[in-house]
Amino acid sequence: MKDCFARPIASAPDAWFDMVERDWNDGEKVRDRTTKRRRCLNLGSYNYLGFGSFDEYCTPRVIESLKKFSASTCSSRVDAGTTSVHVELEECVAKYVRKHSAIVFGMGYATNSFIIPVLIGKGGLIISDSLNHSSIINGARGSGANIRIFQHNTPSHLERILREEIAERQTKTHKPWKKIIVIVEGIYSMEGEICKLPEIVSICKKYKAYVYLDEAHSIGAIGNTGRGVCELLGVNTADVDIMMGTFSKSFASCGGYIAGSKELIQYLKHHCPAHLYATSISTPSAQQIISAIRVILGEDGSNRGAQKLARIRENSNYFRSELRNMGFKGMLARKCKFLYQNESHLLPHKRANSKRNMKQVAIAVVGFPATPLMLGRARICISASHSKQDLIKALEVISKVGDLTGIKYFPAAPKKQEAEKDTIKLV
Amino acid sequence: MMIENNLLIDFSIIKITEKNSKANLLHLHSCGQTISPAPNPLGSVRTLSLHFARSTEQKMDTNLVEMFRAGLNWVTMALDAPSARVVLFGVRIQWHIFVEVLLGFVIVILLSQKSYKPPKRPLTEQEIDELCDEWVPEPLIPPITEDMMHEPPVLESAAGPHTTVNGKDVVNFASANYLGLIGHEKLLESCTSALEKYGVGSCGPRGFYGTIDVHLDCETRISKFLSTPDTILYSYGLSTMFSTIPCFCKKGDIIVADEGVHWGIQNGLQLSRSTIVYFKHNDMDSLRSTLEKIMTKNKRSKNLRRYIVAEAVYQNSGQIAPLDEIVKLKEKYKFRVILDESNSFGVLGRSGRGLAEHHGVPIEKIDVVTAAMGHALATEGGFCTGNARIIDYQRLSSSGYVFSASLPPYLASAAITAIDVIDQNPELLVKMKHNIALLWKGLKDIKGMSLASDPESPIVFLKLEKSSGSTKEDLLLLEKMADRALKEDSLLVVSSKKSFLDKCRLPVGIKLLVSAGHSESDLVKVSESLKRLASELLL
Repeated sequence: MKDCFARPIASAPDAWFDMVERDWNDGEKVRDRTTKRRRCLNLGSYNYLGFGSFDEYCTPRVIESLKKFSASTCSSRVDAGTTSVHVELEECVAKYVRKHSAIVFGMGYATNSFIIPVLIGKGGLIISDSLNHSSIINGARGSGANIRIFQHNTPSHLERILREEIAERQTKTHKPWKKIIVIVEGIYSMEGEICKLPEIVSICKKYKAYVYLDEAHSIGAIGNTGRGVCELLGVNTADVDIMMGTFSKSFASCGGYIAGSKELIQYLKHHCPAHLYATSISTPSAQQIISAIRVILGEDGSNRGAQKLARIRENSNYFRSELRNMGFKGMLARKCKFLYQNESHLLPHKRANSKRNMKQVAIAVVGFPATPLMLGRARICISASHSKQDLIKALEVISKVGDLTGIKYFPAAPKKQEAEKDTIKLV
Repeated sequence: MMIENNLLIDFSIIKITEKNSKANLLHLHSCGQTISPAPNPLGSVRTLSLHFARSTEQKMDTNLVEMFRAGLNWVTMALDAPSARVVLFGVRIQWHIFVEVLLGFVIVILLSQKSYKPPKRPLTEQEIDELCDEWVPEPLIPPITEDMMHEPPVLESAAGPHTTVNGKDVVNFASANYLGLIGHEKLLESCTSALEKYGVGSCGPRGFYGTIDVHLDCETRISKFLSTPDTILYSYGLSTMFSTIPCFCKKGDIIVADEGVHWGIQNGLQLSRSTIVYFKHNDMDSLRSTLEKIMTKNKRSKNLRRYIVAEAVYQNSGQIAPLDEIVKLKEKYKFRVILDESNSFGVLGRSGRGLAEHHGVPIEKIDVVTAAMGHALATEGGFCTGNARIIDYQRLSSSGYVFSASLPPYLASAAITAIDVIDQNPELLVKMKHNIALLWKGLKDIKGMSLASDPESPIVFLKLEKSSGSTKEDLLLLEKMADRALKEDSLLVVSSKKSFLDKCRLPVGIKLLVSAGHSESDLVKVSESLKRLASELLL
């Protein structure tokens, strides 16, 4: 079982990588690394736009900034950790996300955990989606506010809870809630589903609750220009009070950001502990983000950004429809770039995973506690750097392995429909 | 017939006739064992002795009394009739016991009745709508005040001992670049080759193809440097402590922590939900008495997990923890020690191996050692080192490790190179220690402030001698001092910053972070400048 996790790689997390083979010392815990490498197709890394390796535009600029500013500033942002690159980064992110200002931190997990306690405390209420990420749960617990969970992606349940809480709090204790923050994610990492943002935003507007949107997986990868779930679903960013995201996925860097109004960011800069005490984000990483955003928006003078966005859309639609035709059960979200197949017990997935590995396709397998106990799954992350041949090969392998391990829960589509698979639907 | 004292009496005005005698004898026999109804309609009497005055010699005036008494006795007999022969637990049951028992039942029934409440009518939809419309939430953030508008200085070059702010060359005492490794050519070289090979980010958490061979090499290198069995890397310095502590300390455990620990540790303590007891900052007597109190007052403490949390060099005051005494106390009272060596790794000890080497304590005595790498190692991230089982456990249960993307590979390779440089260049440590001593000499007679840190600590902390009473005022004053130092003397120093979430109540002041890269003239310049500003602003 342990072989499925923490597999080391010896190259960049690109479309293909070199996986390090490990020796098992007869069931002992220690796993020795060998010098053997196996070239595998990477369907497990969050390298959505293909920036995860040497990039012709980004990498030279990153190396330049490394030579100028060194790897770290060894200081917090308020002391001597703010360089001109950090200032440029925050302006760039704010412009990209279409908000007035932004603040950047060195770790996405820490962004959630440290911001939520600053915004809300005792006497406030946090209503969070049942499948929110561990960083949000940590932040909510650390804040001291009351927490209520609403059913995953169900706006009607959210409305019911809001009505209940506002009315009953006032009648029972005569001390109304100080404020209510509703926390949702753009794309849920373990489900691949997109949030029903327009409905949730309208409900929150009606009941005067604040909306906190975590776009860890959706920023940079969905929407016409990669601006995330707001662009995709046509929600005005002015309606979302706090927009949060991370840079470790689409931008292949590290860190997280919060974007909001000028006053909000000014307040956070003065009070957020991560800004006051933690070392600032590494300057080369900041430069990588700036360069990646420029490529996506086409400001580097080429249309690589638009090409990448189109390719990821194509790739994921093709892959999804093929898997469905083969008879796999997936939690396959529309227009989403990662797919989940086969909710079932974890064991067949693990067997499948090792078999796939032998055939040089690397997929992430997820189990408890990230998912419910009996709902283990395999997760496939499509990247813009995958070519059509890569995907076809992956599909072959997955199909064979699926047959061997019996995880094709639905009957395959009849052969005559397969002729249509060559037409790609651009959704 | 009369039988005295606790024996059942079957007494009635009966004539013991020959006819009845046998029956009576039998009856008397059975009385002692069973509860049987009285054979005589008049019942049996329980009194010890009864005397009926039949004597005609009684006076007339006592006749009435006697008649009354007779009547009473008759009533008593009648009421006692059902329980004439009942003895429960050696006590004769008399009629009043029934009354008492009945009353008792009534009381119990009344008490168990719920108090009358008017039936609660659920709110109608219209009422809920009205309440929702009436409710006005607080604004998301309080109004912005002027002190929040302060902007930090923006650097235009690397944050080494000398840097550029607004086009001017500035001496930098605000970066924790203790060994001067920022801008070191070997680090830059290894970072560049890592960037060309791996790109910037690792695009995944450690569990899902985010483990790059550089991470594993870095972990091995740190373990080798500190002579510990195993190490785990974290992707952010501040997240190291706030992930490690909740991983091991759970609800119900006891943690004894120093009151001056930095915010990352405080957050970890809060998330762990254990019982936290603070002891006076760096005061071993206070620690001893706290441990004593915990172990003696609460008998259950022996079955609970107990921890001591301390920092090697305190970020908020520059003091160095006396590890040898802590270890002695830990062994005496059987606690486990979690030590944060962020500011002492690469700095203290003859070869930079940290506080354990500095005090001559074997590192195995410390149960968990964590450190942020954003200080002496001039890179980012953090690590935790210790016994193999502790580290293995964190790989599955530490939230900041499992649920977060891994450290960018170029930063891990920078860490490896930095440790190699420290190993090969012990003169950096000597230079740094020499600089600290020089700075102490220069600042010892500063007016209005006093040196509150340890003479060997790389964080030189000048606390305000006279506080204005309000922390906010003090912070504003110190900020003004730091701004003037930058504007007038081109010096970057750190003035204390406090978030409202920070619970540390240590005195605030100016911090100077000494580097091996500072020259003597830099140190003289900062001493002169601070002395001048202190005399102008504080007196």
